[in-house]
Amino acid sequence: MAQHQVNYLKDGGLPVALTTIDKVVNWGRSNSIWALTYGLACCGIEMMASGASRYDFDRFGTIFRASPRQAELMVVAGTLTKKHAEFIRRLYDQMTEPKWVISMGSCANTGGMFNTYATVQGVDRVIPVDLYLPGCAPRPETLQYAVLLLQQKIRRESASRAQKPKRLM
Amino acid sequence: MRAYTPKDDVQKKPYYTDRYWVAPQVAKSDVSEDAVFAADFEAIKAKFDVLDAYIQVGQMVIVINAADNFGVIELMKNELAYNQLSELSAIDWLAQEGKFEIFYQMLSMSKRKRVRVKCKISEKESIQSVEKLFRSADWSEREMYDMFGVVVNNHPFMKRILMPDDWEGFPLRKTYPLQGDEFAQWYEVDKLFGKEAREIIGPEIRDSARVDRYDTERFARLGHEVPRGADISQGEPDTPLCYQENEGVFMIEKFDAEKSVVISDRDR
Repeated sequence: MAQHQVNYLKDGGLPVALTTIDKVVNWGRSNSIWALTYGLACCGIEMMASGASRYDFDRFGTIFRASPRQAELMVVAGTLTKKHAEFIRRLYDQMTEPKWVISMGSCANTGGMFNTYATVQGVDRVIPVDLYLPGCAPRPETLQYAVLLLQQKIRRESASRAQKPKRLM
Repeated sequence: MRAYTPKDDVQKKPYYTDRYWVAPQVAKSDVSEDAVFAADFEAIKAKFDVLDAYIQVGQMVIVINAADNFGVIELMKNELAYNQLSELSAIDWLAQEGKFEIFYQMLSMSKRKRVRVKCKISEKESIQSVEKLFRSADWSEREMYDMFGVVVNNHPFMKRILMPDDWEGFPLRKTYPLQGDEFAQWYEVDKLFGKEAREIIGPEIRDSARVDRYDTERFARLGHEVPRGADISQGEPDTPLCYQENEGVFMIEKFDAEKSVVISDRDR
């Protein structure tokens, strides 16, 4: 009989950590969100600043990619015109599942001050949006906070199943 | 707008003010007052009909027949040294006169003078392109077609330049609503999802007064987040920014606001 009891499930027992597949997958996903560069207007400048050295998006695992095939997050940064709506939808469709969208700034959220014939009144008329980020333009800290909130959202979701179809509006 | 009639008898009605603001007209002077303009005017008048000519704000304005536009600009470029076409567009006078006014803003580098050539065409008429003379007219004429629907003859590539190719209507006409006609309002929905998706997606929300400060169904204030639908008309509590779940994330250090340092030296 053993002199002392070993709790194999606790730290210091077997070199094994028990977890669920969901958690592992989501942990990986949430810490390697690669974003599609999608600067449409002045918010794009703030998005670039977030990626640059002072604010440093790379430390969250968010790396900007210039191809929708390699991206899983689309940060719609700026005014979406009606002429461009077709292309944003095409790029969104080309992104591989799972994919998320952050609508950055007033213009992307609601059309903003461009209450005109040529502006889409909110990107959610064209693609489903996970996170609306207010501001005109939002500061880089705000965009980082949005990405961290998105990470929390990803960790909450079930990883094994296909993404639930998102309601467009 | 009501037509402006001069009120001569101001003594009787000293308190009279116009109901609407009426744009003051800048004074016009005769072409003969400037020797350079007078010579140019005579040169143009010798070959083409000039309907009107005057000097306004130091620039000569010449009104010609629309059919002569290419000839006049060719003459000005080749013989009168007006070597730059700085601007070209149309003005919608359809409601007042049933016509478009088309203007060509010319600049002479050597004479240091600007001349505006104007002509008028009706809605169904088209105008000759001056792209052969000035390459800058290429895009200007395409924009004029795009925005006003003025068709330009002999243009090498007469196509919309700003709006999508399948756009209907000409947005800069006075009759075009600012927020778009029905086609414009449903453009992206019809194109991407088809007309049957209109009911699902719904009409555009364009009323900026709709934004409700106390709406917690659709909005969350950063740093003041409350549960969805909570009543915040009496104010909302401060909530710390939540960078991570409470239980933490594997291998990722939890942000501690107490330990964070604010860098005072911005240039560091």
